[in-house]
Amino acid sequence: MNLEIITPDREIYKGDAYLVQLPGIDGSFEILNNHAPLISALKEGQIKLKKTKGGKDEFFEVKGGVIEVLDNKVLILAE
Amino acid sequence: MSSLKEVRTRIASVKSTRQITSAMKMVAASKLRRAQNAILGMRPYASKLNEIIQNLSHDLEGTGEGIWSDDRGDNKVLLIPVTSNRGLCGAFNINIVKATAELIRGKYSGQYNNGNLHIYSIGKKGADTLKAWGFKVDEVNTGIFDDLSFDNTVAVAEQLMNDFLEKKYDKIILIYNEFKNAAVQILRGQQYLPVAQQDSADGDGLTTIQANYIFEPDKKQILAAIVPKSIKVQLYKALLDSMAAEHGARMTAMHLATENADELLKNLRLSYNKARQASITKEILEIVGGAEALKG
Repeated sequence: MNLEIITPDREIYKGDAYLVQLPGIDGSFEILNNHAPLISALKEGQIKLKKTKGGKDEFFEVKGGVIEVLDNKVLILAE
Repeated sequence: MSSLKEVRTRIASVKSTRQITSAMKMVAASKLRRAQNAILGMRPYASKLNEIIQNLSHDLEGTGEGIWSDDRGDNKVLLIPVTSNRGLCGAFNINIVKATAELIRGKYSGQYNNGNLHIYSIGKKGADTLKAWGFKVDEVNTGIFDDLSFDNTVAVAEQLMNDFLEKKYDKIILIYNEFKNAAVQILRGQQYLPVAQQDSADGDGLTTIQANYIFEPDKKQILAAIVPKSIKVQLYKALLDSMAAEHGARMTAMHLATENADELLKNLRLSYNKARQASITKEILEIVGGAEALKG
């Protein structure tokens, strides 16, 4: 799936991803390929990203944000 | 005709002025490029956020923006003119000041006379001019443009949002220059708070996207989380716009000044050469005349 993480200042990440783990306001959740369309709000925390299956974890700090998933495109408007 | 020496000093002074204006033009151009990248990178973020809000509030009764769209009339108004800290950028600042003064004298003259109109100036030049015109400027923020980042803007936005919630102000209006291109700025007077109702017939085709989203936890809570964010983003966007517009305006102004200096130099050189030739001719005539007299 295609992942984009942007903040008002810059683009943090753009490219393929296998798995993202997100700090939702009601608890942490993960998104894999072919996830159903989703809109959710994030709270302060860490985004965990795996680019490929079994690949290394990458972390991004966010202060909050919104996520939209549609047709294997994941867009995170972070802060 | 002015003397040779006079013209020579004028040429030297115009030359050095030209050097300054052309250097300022270069500096503005490189700053503009950076500011332009910032605003162009920012716009997709803002529009996407708006799109999601539209999507969310689409079938919620009311807009769900609740506290932020609380319209209490306009008893207590705050005007925020956004100008630059430095001058030499053409009509950039004076346009903002004029628009602000117009609002004060026209639409909000009643509030101004009652002392219910406040001015929070972002940028030094606007505050200076407004003061010189006899308006009372309640607060000036000059530091924000030194290091314009989202984090800095959030602090200002949160203060404004607090003031709005505590009913210190009923209406907050932003007056700023929107960046269109290097030569064109569009003056905007935008109601910042309460959040104006979005026209559902927006015409940009965004409303047609209606996938069956899962909302986590639910629409209301997501809206409550992201509407304040969008309010902050809006202020940031206005400031970025103003910054890019400022550098654009300065670049254009300095470009014109450099061209004027070139024109001036051309004319000065012409008159300098004319004067020089005239004096040479005069000398030759004198010598020839003297020789003729001796012959006779």
